Amino acid sequence: MSVIRDHLATHANALTLREQRNNIIASNIANAATPGFRARDFDFTSALQQQMGTGSMDRSHNAHFATGTPGQMQLGYRQPINPSLDGNTVESAVEQMEFAENSVRYQTSLMFLNRRISGLARAIRGE
Amino acid sequence: MSINNIFDVASRAMSAQMIRLNTTATNLANANSIASSAEEAFRPIRPVFRTVYESTASETGLSTVTVDGIVSLDRDPQRVHAPEHPQADEEGYIYQSAVNQEEEMVEMMDASRQYQNTLEVVSTIRTLMSRTMNMGQ
Repeated sequence: MSVIRDHLATHANALTLREQRNNIIASNIANAATPGFRARDFDFTSALQQQMGTGSMDRSHNAHFATGTPGQMQLGYRQPINPSLDGNTVESAVEQMEFAENSVRYQTSLMFLNRRISGLARAIRGE
Repeated sequence: MSINNIFDVASRAMSAQMIRLNTTATNLANANSIASSAEEAFRPIRPVFRTVYESTASETGLSTVTVDGIVSLDRDPQRVHAPEHPQADEEGYIYQSAVNQEEEMVEMMDASRQYQNTLEVVSTIRTLMSRTMNMGQ
């Protein structure tokens, strides 16, 4: 069972993180006109490494303490290119681009998952 | 109403932008209104937006927007001398509404663009969700 899970793990984790990131960017877009709102985001690469336990802070021994809990990413604030007078740091163009890129990458992870699942199914059926 | 998912976020954001569009329409409709005194004259109205965070927003990052209220802008109406006007006061002055039409047009375009943005986000996420539902088939 763990073998199948490991086989799918990378893209399954990536898919969850992509979905969370989509939600955060959607929240930013929803607040594009709210004075004082600060746009949020997280670093996808380090969040994925944290989930997979393959970051630079990996445990080399079982007795070591783990750094950070899997599934919890570090939310940061976006640095605006052109800050606006009302303190809102959402820039529509930036958020749209990030959302578009994130959606494409979500679909890529989904495609990889689909291929892996159908590959497994084919192996099980023995075709 | 609690925020559970992206659709709650989008629906509240869209209704907030809709209220903004409504206030703009009200302002534009009253752009040429005339009153007999400075107090009665129409002043442009604006919605006040506020961010609403989901209960676990520090982890999920979900937040949406709500309209706290609608305020009148503190602008002085223009006082025009027009003694022949039926609404003129005893000194012969009328008070034109303090609406800046160009400003309202910009507000209108901004609100409609942001409404479209949110709608686009919803339709993309809906497509992604339905594709995910068919995973492994």
